[in-house]
Amino acid sequence: MNNEQLSVDPTDQTVNGTTVTASLDHKPENAQIRRIEPSRGWVSLGLRELWSYRELIYFFIWRDIKVRYKQTILGGAWAIIQPLFTMLIFSVFFGRLAKVPSDSVPYPLFAYTALVPWQFFANGVSLSSTSLVSDSNLLKKVYFPRLALPISKVLSGGLDFLLAFTMLLLMMLYYGIRPTAHVIWLPFFLFMALTTSLGVSMWFSAMHVQFRDVQYAVPFLVQAWLFATPIAYPSSLLSEPWRTIYGINPMVGVVEGFRWALLGTHTAPGPTVLVSFLASIAVLVGGTFYFRRMEKTFADVL
Amino acid sequence: MTQPAIRVVDLSKEYHIGAIQKSGRTLRQVIVDAVSGPLRRTAKLLRGEATGAAELDVTHWALRDVSFEIPHGDVIGVIGRNGAGKSTLLKILSQITEPTHGFAEIHGRVGSLLEVGTGFHQELSGRENIYLNGAILGMGKREIDRKFDEIVSFAEIDKFLDTPVKHYSSGMYVRLAFSVAAHLEPEILLVDEVLSVGDVTFQKKCLGKMNQVRQSGRTVLFISHNMATIENLCSRTIVLQEGKIAFVGPSKDAVKFYLQSMVAREQPTEGGLADDNRWANPEHRKHRSPEDVVSYTRIEFKNPEGETIPFVRSGEPLVIRLHYCARKPITRPSFGVGISTEQGTLVSYVSTWLCSVEIPVLQCGNGFIDLCIDYINLMPGSYFLSVLLGGMGPIFYDSIDRCTVLTVEETDFYGSGRMMSPNQSIMLLPCHWEPFGPTEENGGAPQNLQIAGGAGPIHL
Repeated sequence: MNNEQLSVDPTDQTVNGTTVTASLDHKPENAQIRRIEPSRGWVSLGLRELWSYRELIYFFIWRDIKVRYKQTILGGAWAIIQPLFTMLIFSVFFGRLAKVPSDSVPYPLFAYTALVPWQFFANGVSLSSTSLVSDSNLLKKVYFPRLALPISKVLSGGLDFLLAFTMLLLMMLYYGIRPTAHVIWLPFFLFMALTTSLGVSMWFSAMHVQFRDVQYAVPFLVQAWLFATPIAYPSSLLSEPWRTIYGINPMVGVVEGFRWALLGTHTAPGPTVLVSFLASIAVLVGGTFYFRRMEKTFADVL
Repeated sequence: MTQPAIRVVDLSKEYHIGAIQKSGRTLRQVIVDAVSGPLRRTAKLLRGEATGAAELDVTHWALRDVSFEIPHGDVIGVIGRNGAGKSTLLKILSQITEPTHGFAEIHGRVGSLLEVGTGFHQELSGRENIYLNGAILGMGKREIDRKFDEIVSFAEIDKFLDTPVKHYSSGMYVRLAFSVAAHLEPEILLVDEVLSVGDVTFQKKCLGKMNQVRQSGRTVLFISHNMATIENLCSRTIVLQEGKIAFVGPSKDAVKFYLQSMVAREQPTEGGLADDNRWANPEHRKHRSPEDVVSYTRIEFKNPEGETIPFVRSGEPLVIRLHYCARKPITRPSFGVGISTEQGTLVSYVSTWLCSVEIPVLQCGNGFIDLCIDYINLMPGSYFLSVLLGGMGPIFYDSIDRCTVLTVEETDFYGSGRMMSPNQSIMLLPCHWEPFGPTEENGGAPQNLQIAGGAGPIHL
């Protein structure tokens, strides 16, 4: 017989409700009415609700950042190492051996400037495409706008981007290249990288719930996309009108925009960037609608 | 007329549960399917239809045309067997999954608690998880800031606040998880069986917290398998059976209805609960007389009305019917029944001889004798029954050790609404507390005690 267990009576003084505080201020005077019913066809984007859950998105981002480099030795340095080593490999094989032109900019800087936004895009897509499945426990037990998950995964890459971007500034300092006045356009290109990343993430994460093929296809796809984007080579290799058509890949506009704004290359802006911008918006809008449409099946399929 | 907090109309949910096994598929069909399958699925996907695992023919209605209304401030219980649709109902109301048809209207801010600790991250500290989990459950940062100290002290984890939760003991983990959840303050609370966590002390705290919620005038929909909790917390209870509402009414009646429906279901299969193997196996028959003059054939549990019951609830009467078969007439036999715990402790032994019940002679053939117990004052759990048949002097005709299991279900034995811990003791005392106060030499007169709440002991 356990004495400790038997002597707990004094602790539950509140059991019979001697402490009825804060009663009755939960009356439905301005109660919002929520109607739960089957949705039909295309549903609204629910952006207002998403906005009201911004604190949750903030906490998801904060969780992802806190957890990302836990139990690693190099920690946040990985954010710099990844693009830096890719840049080194590119410099050796494409810059030195294959003598790929680099728009009269030192090749390492040429490649790295493109890799910084690329890394943000690629990491965002890879992380968020599996976000719904890896947090399936949440989806099955709690309600919140499901868009919050891929969005927060993409945004949590922002810190890595900042670190890698700082490295880029140091490199520019080393090579003695001063940013041009076009640098004020940089936020626009960053915004394009964000919309592209979010849009692609919506498509992949919603698909991944039903087709686990996505998790095997994404790394391959991202790699193919890397070479389909002018990172290791300049888009000036293409002549018009092909260069404009090339802009259908929204990352073309982002990468060339970054080079133009920071290094002063002559590849942008132009019709290419416009095409890329429209493409990135189309991907985002389409992805969001697709996501919202598939959303109702998530909890049942997972 | 005031609006209800929750209004549910014809709510139904259909699940796809598995494909019909296609038999006799030829290799050609397999190949054709392998080629055309992805195309077909892609086409379906583009039309926005369910594909993949959900692309199946067999469906199951987890919930079928359920309608009810819950007024503001009511605490409503939901009971039913596993798979009756309880959790589906809660999932639809908390918007985790969509109904197939029908609708529900909810007036007020909803908080749902389908599981404690949802979204806890192993690598984050207790402090960080409080914020994360709070946000997931729908609390704002400022709200968590305000309740932070309360949450920590309720969970009793002050010392480990900055330790990653992966190093927590399971008890600490659960306490922290429940504590965050318990501090959610929505107008309408949906709760799925989450009170059964932690040790005894903590369970008491949880139940106290639930009582507080009830008294603060909030609307609660509460799923539980614990009938005692349902009876005490909920004013009314819904019984779900196979996706439909089978009963709605005061909790006591609902629990009674539910338990009776369980009996009706179990009767044909269990047949009085006797464990056939034990009867057949002579190893368990210690003192069997070589001539086999008389032996027990089976045992039945009945209520005083004579209906067979699969289990008994604490505080309720029980009739144990011993069936025997005598091959020779026996003079002055003695029937004995022993009840022991699962651990083997003998709780009680009674016999006709001990009660000086004289049976002059036992005639040949089948017969039975009833042992009537006024009320079972055993803690909920499983008990073993042993039976003995003796004669005058040290003669044993039959004796079967642990021949059947007596299941005792929990009730509110003391009528207090407070939960008892299983394994805390064996026996419930039929008792009451009387005068309280200083003795006369200390200048006072003892007074009678007030009972704080509840219906009073149910066996009185």
